[in-house]
Amino acid sequence: MVKTSLDRKFDQIKKREEEKSFSIKKRSRIVSKFLNNRLAVVGLIIFTIIILASLFAPLLSPYDPMRVDLRSMRQAPSFDHWFGTDSTGRDVFTRVLFGGRVSIFIGLGSAILSAVVGIAVGCYAGYKGGWIDVIALRISEIFMSFPQIILVLLLVSITGQSLFNLMAIFILTGWGGMYRLARARMLSLREEEYVQALRSFGLSTFTICYKHMLPNALSPIMVNITLSTAMFILTEAGLSFLGLGVPLNIPTWGNILNVAQDILILQNYWWMWGPVGLVISVFVLCVNFIGDGLRDSTDPSQQG
Amino acid sequence: MKKEILKLRDVKVYFPVKAGVFNRTVGHVMAVDGVDLDIYRGEVLGLAGESGCGKTTLGKAILRLVEPTNGEVTYVSKEDDETELTSLEKKDMDPFRKKLQIVFQDPHSSLNPSFTIFGSLQDPLKKFGVNSKEERRKIIGDLLEAVNMRREYMDRYPHEFSGGQRQRIGIVRALCLDPELIVCDEAVSALDVSIQAQVLQLLMQLKKDNNLTYLFITHDLSVTEYLCDRIAVMYLGRIVELCDSEDLYKNTLHPYSEALISAIPVADLDKKTKRIVLEGDVPSPVNPPKGCPFHPRCPKAKDICKTEVPTLKKYSTNGNEHYASCHLIDLPEIS
Repeated sequence: MVKTSLDRKFDQIKKREEEKSFSIKKRSRIVSKFLNNRLAVVGLIIFTIIILASLFAPLLSPYDPMRVDLRSMRQAPSFDHWFGTDSTGRDVFTRVLFGGRVSIFIGLGSAILSAVVGIAVGCYAGYKGGWIDVIALRISEIFMSFPQIILVLLLVSITGQSLFNLMAIFILTGWGGMYRLARARMLSLREEEYVQALRSFGLSTFTICYKHMLPNALSPIMVNITLSTAMFILTEAGLSFLGLGVPLNIPTWGNILNVAQDILILQNYWWMWGPVGLVISVFVLCVNFIGDGLRDSTDPSQQG
Repeated sequence: MKKEILKLRDVKVYFPVKAGVFNRTVGHVMAVDGVDLDIYRGEVLGLAGESGCGKTTLGKAILRLVEPTNGEVTYVSKEDDETELTSLEKKDMDPFRKKLQIVFQDPHSSLNPSFTIFGSLQDPLKKFGVNSKEERRKIIGDLLEAVNMRREYMDRYPHEFSGGQRQRIGIVRALCLDPELIVCDEAVSALDVSIQAQVLQLLMQLKKDNNLTYLFITHDLSVTEYLCDRIAVMYLGRIVELCDSEDLYKNTLHPYSEALISAIPVADLDKKTKRIVLEGDVPSPVNPPKGCPFHPRCPKAKDICKTEVPTLKKYSTNGNEHYASCHLIDLPEIS
């Protein structure tokens, strides 16, 4: 009988099983599923590179992102200045690196924190139902229907421009979406029979909803975190342009990009906005890939 | 002497129906509408009826998964101590949660897909004071073996099991705290017939080994016949007939039970059964018909049925107690 390659493979597995050398990997199922997703792994690698590069910016670049050097204004990319220099002679590459710190911090930080708040409220209220749910729902509607810009104006005029004000506003306006997502999942999960079984043991509400139900509600939330990271980075850029976001002297990706508002720069000096725009796009794309990978690996209905 | 384990008195479960802009309550779904029932220690009590008649709600109300609107559920311990469950605080319920457990219908939603079997079964054990992990693994492993599964399965995820296996895991979960009464809520309805038989046999074996009492909720009277000591037939939230399972088939008193029994398929070509086909659907439990709830569909209905609600009365068939609620029974009532 001719042995096909499949037969041979099977023989190998059998042999290894008999030798008892066939050990099941002790890696968590979620991790191994994530690593099987190539796009997600590529995304994770680029994501890590960008974050590390931002963190170790002083080691990668000899320039100061804030120092004005009028002798080297608007230079095209060269060996000295990889991304060229801007209108005041600052090195764009350095500014992109340092800008990444602030932008990523704002984007990821606000997304994760608003998710934490949204999940904490949404899980409990969605599971418990009743008046807690009604109140939480109304509060979230109030926050979501409030125009972000006015909230920002209000806070900036009271406390002045700062990074943390911006984040606070992002979280205040962003948790509602996460809350609704978590709540909607909980509403359908709480009717599942395994939840009823846990209740029949009289387990505490916290154990049931945060330990047993939350993992099953997590996958759409993961995707939402990545989407809102991207959204927050872009919103930060927009608000910074209006002079309401991060103070203009601090480099952020949004602040750097805003020079492209000038038609002269847009037409003649592509290096001032091109690379940073690319970095934003690549970063957002990577975050989305990671989100997709996380969704697939954490989604319990896709196991097997 | 038969001793009760659970006494239900006038149990009602109403769900409010809300409508309009202000969410006013405009009516109630009377899912369970005044049930009196004694469950005896060590028996298998079948609870039969068609979809939507309140069987499952009654089962859940016993465990307080659904809060009863009215009535008493009294647990009688082995030492004859009686405790009324519905008035207890949530916390005080805990010792009785150990005694009363439930096996669910749908094997696919009854296990948490994110956890291994051990992962989802260990929290109840932890709560009831099994603190060491080894001990928890031992208890669950032993139970898995008791339901003819391998110990190692406890580290697997639910999606790795078939429906029958999952149902057996559901039984393990119900058994893990050593309960006295298990509510089997359509426990075998979702399985195919060969697996049904297997699981039923397993349930009977476990009952013998652990001195269990079952409340066996089902819509399938052919299952109850072989399994149950007594059968209660429910219609529209009320019990219409309650008797020894043998009597239900031989001396049927209520016309509704008759119709149910005539619907059981018989594997005998020569035997001609007269099928009683009920017209229409179960009336809405929001707005049950006046008089006997069964009269719009009853083939024997008379004028009295349209006006007066029959009560559950005690009769005697074959020397056994036999309860039924129908105006048209011509047996002498026993007080």
